[in-house]
Amino acid sequence: MRRKKVKADPKGVLTGAHYMDGDYALAEGALAAGCRFFGGYPITPSTETAERFSERIPKVGGVFIQMEDELASIASLIGAAWGGKKPMTVTSGPGFSLMMENIGLACMMETPLVIANIQRGGPSTGLPTLTGQQDMMQAKWGSHGDYEIIALSPDSPQECFDLTIDAFNLAETYRVPVFVMTDECVGHMHEKVIIPPAEEIDLVERKWYNGPKDQYLPYKPDKDGIPFMVKTGDGYRFHTTGLTHDERGYPELNAECQDVSLKHLINKIRHNADKIIRIEEDQIEGAEIVVVSYGITSRVATKAIHKARKEGLKVGTMRLITAWPFPEKRFHELASKIKSFVFPEINFGQMVREAERSVKGLCPVVSVPHCGGWVHDPEDIYNAIKEASK
Amino acid sequence: MNDEAQNKGQNPIEGLLRMDRIPHIWCPGCGIGTVVTSFAEALKKSGLDLDKVAVVSGIGCTGRVAGYIKLDSFHTTHGRAIPFATGLKLANPEVNVVVFSGDGDLAGIGGNHLIHAARRNMDLTVICVNNFNYAMTGGQVAATTPQNANASTAPYGNFEFPFSLPNLVESAGATYVARWTALHLRRVTKSIQEALLKPGFSFIEVITPCVTLYARRNRLGDGLNLLKYYYDNSEIRHGADTKELDISYQGKLIVGKFVDKEKPTFIDAMNTHMGEVLGDDYEKYGRINDD
Amino acid sequence: MYLREPMIYFGDLKPIKGNIHIEKNRCKGCGFCVEYCPKDVLELSEEFNVKGYHPPFVKNEDDCCYCQLCETICPEFAIFVTIQNEEEEGESRS
Repeated sequence: MRRKKVKADPKGVLTGAHYMDGDYALAEGALAAGCRFFGGYPITPSTETAERFSERIPKVGGVFIQMEDELASIASLIGAAWGGKKPMTVTSGPGFSLMMENIGLACMMETPLVIANIQRGGPSTGLPTLTGQQDMMQAKWGSHGDYEIIALSPDSPQECFDLTIDAFNLAETYRVPVFVMTDECVGHMHEKVIIPPAEEIDLVERKWYNGPKDQYLPYKPDKDGIPFMVKTGDGYRFHTTGLTHDERGYPELNAECQDVSLKHLINKIRHNADKIIRIEEDQIEGAEIVVVSYGITSRVATKAIHKARKEGLKVGTMRLITAWPFPEKRFHELASKIKSFVFPEINFGQMVREAERSVKGLCPVVSVPHCGGWVHDPEDIYNAIKEASK
Repeated sequence: MNDEAQNKGQNPIEGLLRMDRIPHIWCPGCGIGTVVTSFAEALKKSGLDLDKVAVVSGIGCTGRVAGYIKLDSFHTTHGRAIPFATGLKLANPEVNVVVFSGDGDLAGIGGNHLIHAARRNMDLTVICVNNFNYAMTGGQVAATTPQNANASTAPYGNFEFPFSLPNLVESAGATYVARWTALHLRRVTKSIQEALLKPGFSFIEVITPCVTLYARRNRLGDGLNLLKYYYDNSEIRHGADTKELDISYQGKLIVGKFVDKEKPTFIDAMNTHMGEVLGDDYEKYGRINDD
Repeated sequence: MYLREPMIYFGDLKPIKGNIHIEKNRCKGCGFCVEYCPKDVLELSEEFNVKGYHPPFVKNEDDCCYCQLCETICPEFAIFVTIQNEEEEGESRS
């Protein structure tokens, strides 16, 4: 779908080579993407992002507000999006849980916004300062009801920067909340981050409506399936609600409207999944074992994979850059060509279930779980690869 | 039917209502419609550009107001109207944001947001329609239900101590606090008008009858009886100490404009402070509140 | 709530009179307008509207002084008043 692209505003782009951690890179990515509203609440290990925003955003003409809790943070984000800004917030597990109701509201109102979850060990207060990847399913299913979202999974501070820009572009393209699911390891890891000049950063503009005011319908899908959006103060006198609504935005509480409404919300992502999904593959051709991973685990798995390859095992890798929508088709396609998938995750098996569902029994999917608090021992992943190749 | 055809388009309030959604869902004798008319009057009298007024409501009977008013209106989640309005206002400071919600929504689940927005002196006008219960879900006890009143989840009478909303918001830092009953039509209109034009956090509590639930459960008659009771037992005391505004069950109601003071709004304070600290590095945000 | 009735009209000043318009089928018979009309112009009728309520009717049209209280108080937006004689407006009340 062809959408208008604009160049980034140089004010927000800190061009150059930097040595910064993932948290800071998220903030820089957001500012480069044109984010000018941050409403957040401090929570380890995401606080650094909020601190960076509080320092940088007043200098680029934006607003930072530390809200009273995460519920207020996400609500203020939705308000800010309808006020015309590109908003972002960061949080971790407990805050993520608090945000769930309003994430549903953002989906229902088709509001573009970005939420970053720097995952930590859970459940509950868990391990505030230590890593985990235990909220992956929650990103997709956390709020009540049926809806679709997009989630990206960076594996380095550089990717934190790049994928945040992509997150904003995806949010504006599909009018949906987009999650950047990173973890404490990547968030607190200091690495080189190269920020390009503003002219080299392409941004997707919001789908603004500029037709006759009295004919504006806030939820009428355009040819590409995405409705036009407006902001308050421009005289459109629109109404939008969290109730099931029709094209006018008015509540219509019956099964027929629910059918139309939900199909629209879900299909705008599902039918465009091929355009949204990004995977990084290596040596898949002729591979017998494919190691699937995302986030920090993909870097940890590299050591195990090198060791296995040295021993002559044909190991391919698949890194999920987009965690949701899940690349079901690719899994199903590969399942008949390979011996097994090996899926390490820093949780007791979350995305691996999606993999199992996608392969439909054509090949085994071996889970390499981890309780959280630290990354895998590469030996465990290597052992799983060895086991699977037998 | 004949009347509708004759009268079509003539009722002055119709310009501000989404006529395709009228008749509304409120009960006969409910005071919310009256508050909406007072609000509409206030909007007209204030002279504000109506394209630049937004209404945000939460969930509940009063929460449905957003659906009937023909301005940029948002029907958000329960209790989160105020932070939504905060984000809306900060993203677009030109817009005059009004939060129109009920006592359960604003002071119950939304209590935290109410006090923080008041503390920050966010430039919002909050109209809290107080009917002393959670009406939409069937009349449950709320943070504002007077002691000894009956509610569906307090079938033996409420033993909890209710909020005095003007006291709550004044202590939190609101700069305009008023309380009226729904029958104080012109005064409600005037208060809303003043609040719309005044920068800072303005809070207007309007006590309205809830016929089907509060009145029925407590055998207080119909809407008219309760409206009459509230009005007849109210005493206007402008500038009264908000600590003395507790409402007892079927007791005296003190109404009036209690607080009207000046304090920099969130955006003003941000601009002043950041301007001082960052100097030229800082870009002034929004417009200067000099009216 | 209570209007002061001027005893003397100076020059051409005349009291404003209002025309009351009632959307009978929108009315839910709450009785607010009837109770609070300062000139006792309205009364609940015996007839039923489509919803089964008794809408008000105008008892004595000539007494309506365009105070617009019924218009403001009606929770159903079902009643409004227009000025009877445009040329003889007198003091305008907004």
